[in-house]
Amino acid sequence: MKEVVIKTDKLTKRFGDFIAANEISFEVYAGEIFGFLGANGAGKTTAMKMLCGLSAPSSGAATIAGFDIYKQTEQIKKRIGYMSQKFSLYEDLTVLENINFFGGIYGLSNRQLRLKREELIETLGMQQEAKQLVGSLPLGWKQKLAFSVAVVHEPKIVFLDEPTGGVDPVTRRQFWDLIYDTSDKGITIFVTTHYMDEAEYCNRISMMVDGVIKALDTPARLKEQFSAASMDEVFFELARGAKRKAD
Amino acid sequence: MRTLVFLLQKEFRQIFRNKGILRLIIAMPIIQLIVMPLAADYEVKNVNISVVDHDHSAYSRRLTDKIMASGYFKLNDYSHSFDQSFVEFQKDRSDLILEIPNHFEKDLVSQNSGSLFLAANAINGTKASVGSAYLSRIIANFNSEIRLEWIAPARAGELPVIEVTSLNWYNPFLNYPFFMVPGILVVLVTMVGAYMCALNIVKEKEVGTIEQINVTPVKKYHFILGKLIPFWVIGLFVFSVGLLGVGRLIYGIVPAGSLWLIYAFLAVYLIAVLGIGLLISTYSATQQQAMSLAFFCMMIFILISGLFTPVDSMPAWAKVVANFNPVTHFIQVMRMVVLKGSGFGDIKHQFMIVSAMAVFFNAWAIFNYKKTT
Repeated sequence: MKEVVIKTDKLTKRFGDFIAANEISFEVYAGEIFGFLGANGAGKTTAMKMLCGLSAPSSGAATIAGFDIYKQTEQIKKRIGYMSQKFSLYEDLTVLENINFFGGIYGLSNRQLRLKREELIETLGMQQEAKQLVGSLPLGWKQKLAFSVAVVHEPKIVFLDEPTGGVDPVTRRQFWDLIYDTSDKGITIFVTTHYMDEAEYCNRISMMVDGVIKALDTPARLKEQFSAASMDEVFFELARGAKRKAD
Repeated sequence: MRTLVFLLQKEFRQIFRNKGILRLIIAMPIIQLIVMPLAADYEVKNVNISVVDHDHSAYSRRLTDKIMASGYFKLNDYSHSFDQSFVEFQKDRSDLILEIPNHFEKDLVSQNSGSLFLAANAINGTKASVGSAYLSRIIANFNSEIRLEWIAPARAGELPVIEVTSLNWYNPFLNYPFFMVPGILVVLVTMVGAYMCALNIVKEKEVGTIEQINVTPVKKYHFILGKLIPFWVIGLFVFSVGLLGVGRLIYGIVPAGSLWLIYAFLAVYLIAVLGIGLLISTYSATQQQAMSLAFFCMMIFILISGLFTPVDSMPAWAKVVANFNPVTHFIQVMRMVVLKGSGFGDIKHQFMIVSAMAVFFNAWAIFNYKKTT
């Protein structure tokens, strides 16, 4: 039996009459790369924010790393990392200062911080840029840094919301190498994306349409199920029925 | 505790890296304290006067000379007809018209009474009321002067004259900067504190960094203390530049009371003001919203604080509003301690009110600040 790290049961978020996420239920296993797919406005970010404790669910239940998302948010927060759609490191701090700050507020000791700084600069190859303000870095570098900072405290799960939006294919490839390295360390990856080639890199994926999870399986079995040649086709097949307009 | 150290380190780094903020916290107290007291001088000078003299007598000229010699008036025109002067009045070149009727001297000498007509341009209420009050005093003075001349010196002692001599306590020369600078300093600290604190937090909301903090186990009160402490320090700094720098060097203001008392009050006051800034930030999603909201609050706080007009002359409901305004209390305290040298016993009441406000605004802000939406 695989260890379940995320378990949701009919998790729902309403904004007035609008149901952004409608009774979503799924499980994510420890160590897997879980792709959370869907068109714009399908409710991916809303669902993710509920799991991270940024948004309170309207109804339903969920546990993250065994902790209840209503009552044990602080325990959850120690065990998760989050990288938002918007780049959200401090642009007026340097690379090192950002690593130090986020590591510090996650409670790393000075020794751990020093090791982390060295390790991250080494893996990112940012020796030259370590003392530059983050605002002056190119987008691809910023995103790699943001990812590294999101896992600086070695969480059990890391949530990535469209981490590779707007970057070139080479940087995207490098970004996925980082994700694989992190996954190898046993950190569960929960990632949303619009790139179907990236969907293929995931162990399992779910497809969200109009706030509901329409399909959930490995990429290979999804292609089989929809008798499609590629994930692109699977996506079209499922998203065609969407009633919500993309935002 | 360690979390707070990291938050403070980050906040101070960002502040010292922001050249705009650095310039603002040094230049703002200096410039505002130099410019504003000049504008907020209550003493009315340069009242433009039109004299309509129908009499052309020695007395009428003597009265005109006496008015001019007072130093408060500027002779705009000296004419023979009221209508002609009224044109000046309508063009706003003249604030007062003094009409001296025909036979003014003759009536005064033969019938022992004379009358004058005074018209004031009430568009500028202060100039009109203060100007006519000055003028009335000068005329009364003129009146007793000529009467004394008529009476033989031997009998002068019999004339019942009540003379009033006044002495201005705490500010003997009615030096307006002494009165205004402490008040303006309060406004300055309030604005710097509330605005900077509100804008800083809302900026984190706009950029999205606050979300990154909200997914960490950082406690609410850690985050809020991490924001309050830096701006509290900045507030103390701005105040010191104003009081010990500009106030002392340019205006020669040396507080008559204890500097420790002023700073103790300031310390509590700043917590209240930063609480207001914090509260504004919890109700705003963008910096524009925060600015508008802060501007709205500040306008009311300043106008109703008793800085420019005494709170005592406001209607009862406005006095209630003024009492809920922290600015009112600090201005009172500043004037009392700086000019009068009041001690803790005298300002205990204000101290308690502002302490209560500090608790109230911060509690409200902390309650309203949510890590989860």
